[in-house]
Amino acid sequence: MIHSFTDLQSIQGKLAAGATSCAELTEYYLDRIHEGAHLNAFISLFAERARAQAVEIDGKQKKGTAGRLAGMIMAIKDNMVLDYGATTCGSHILEHFQSPYTATVLKKLAAEDAIFIGKTNMDEFAMGSSTENSAFGLVRNPLDNDRVPGGSSGGSAVAVAADFCTAALGSDTGGSIRQPASFCGVIGLKPTYGRVSRYGLVAFASSLDQIGPLTRSVDDAALLMNVLAGRDPGDSTSAAVDVPDFCADLDKPLKGLRIGIPQEYYGEGLDETVRQALQKTSEFLRDMQAIPVPVSLPHTEYSIATYYILANAEASANLARYDGAHYGARADAARSLEEMYVQTRSQAFGAEVKRRIMLGTYVLSSGYYEAYYAKAQQVRTRLRDDFDGAWQHCDLLLTPTCPTTAFRIGEKASDPLTMYLSDVYTVSVNLTGLPALSIPCGQDPQGLPIGAQLIGQPFAEGTLLRVAKQLQLHHAPTRQVLRLEER
Amino acid sequence: MSVTLAEVERIAALAKLSFSDEEKAQFTEQFNQILAYVDKLDELDLSAVAPTSHVLAGPPLLRDDEYRPSLTPDEALANAPRRNKNLFSVPKVIGG
Repeated sequence: MIHSFTDLQSIQGKLAAGATSCAELTEYYLDRIHEGAHLNAFISLFAERARAQAVEIDGKQKKGTAGRLAGMIMAIKDNMVLDYGATTCGSHILEHFQSPYTATVLKKLAAEDAIFIGKTNMDEFAMGSSTENSAFGLVRNPLDNDRVPGGSSGGSAVAVAADFCTAALGSDTGGSIRQPASFCGVIGLKPTYGRVSRYGLVAFASSLDQIGPLTRSVDDAALLMNVLAGRDPGDSTSAAVDVPDFCADLDKPLKGLRIGIPQEYYGEGLDETVRQALQKTSEFLRDMQAIPVPVSLPHTEYSIATYYILANAEASANLARYDGAHYGARADAARSLEEMYVQTRSQAFGAEVKRRIMLGTYVLSSGYYEAYYAKAQQVRTRLRDDFDGAWQHCDLLLTPTCPTTAFRIGEKASDPLTMYLSDVYTVSVNLTGLPALSIPCGQDPQGLPIGAQLIGQPFAEGTLLRVAKQLQLHHAPTRQVLRLEER
Repeated sequence: MSVTLAEVERIAALAKLSFSDEEKAQFTEQFNQILAYVDKLDELDLSAVAPTSHVLAGPPLLRDDEYRPSLTPDEALANAPRRNKNLFSVPKVIGG
């Protein structure tokens, strides 16, 4: 009988002692996934392949040749390509798309003997904050099935929270790792732009997208960063920056660390319970001899407008490739090439994707480019200046990840602008390329998790993980949903 | 700024999308809500501010221009909705 494991270290301890096996772990997670099917966290499963890999890795384990991630069973957001199975991006337009190659991150994980148990559900093309926009049905929050899990990496966050896997990968363009991590009570890290290769990540907004881990333990997030990070010749935007051992300083005391508290992240619109949880988190860090420092990021109120102009502009260009000609769905009734383009795209894209392509096309179109796109790029500079100013006074920032806990399914679905505004604390980080991590820091009266966001200086993921480790150990342990009946 | 139904139709044509009349009306309304919100940027004086198009510290790192094995024609065409020998097949292109 397997009991749930919080982290890879405890799994590997049992593996080394012969008390469990990868084969047994794989069956455990497959059973859990079956039991929690109503959450709709997965788009595809690799049960037979995972079983075969498990047997192979158990063999390596006996010979002492297993990789660093032996025993880690992972769920992968379905916008990262594998050369087996389908990569759908949560869209009908890619429903049957079979990639001829594998994303760099997935090659790296597999080389260390991680097992991929399946691909997770997501907002179509990662466009959304609730995972209500998937062509394959919405995803439910395991803590309250009437609430959203957050998005767009909702399936990955649910898979980690509900113990369908040891850890998962998500992608974050405007908060899509951190916000679902916050809503589901797990840890989610968006690395610095360029830290992790995007080769094989289906592009949404290329100057903002970044892949990162979702885990139940800080140690696992650090270990995964050790495997994922680094320059990749396949991605010209991956940074030639040294990769430290992210596990090395995890237990270093926080004494003297200056924690910036940006006042703009604690203003109007912030739920009172979330504010109180963050206040307690700040007090805890002060008790750990870190130094809270008030700072200001004055352009924060312009971040959402800037983000939705730039992200949609980039999306409209990136999604121009889905034309029915080379791969993906094609509208077969078309009599001309033009009809094929229009019918294919109109039939196979969902409403939110079309809305964003339209907005992006508009802000890039003749006569409006200067008023929107060029202006947003200038505000992006202002946002960077804000953070550069803050770094004069602090080493990292502490903010809420989201203004509220998980909202109800359907609550914001009919009002795109209200949905966009829920990303107010997460988008600046993508616009500035900074690393940020969401970690549970309490819960509201309904028992829904509250996330604290730690924002770091460029390439300082290690500092975020170090602070997160203390929070996890002494402040607010990660929740795990072990009973999967509908709730 | 605000958009009209005619502009929504022009943008749809550029984006190679088509919509029902009902969708167009809804888009026009949502567009105007969202544009009214992003007009917030007009509050800022940005006259002396340089644009940021990406956050990389240096130029993109390009690999050496040398031959490497790539996808075979069969691999590249494996997802083609319709294929004719080693070509992607599409409906005829006539007119403008």
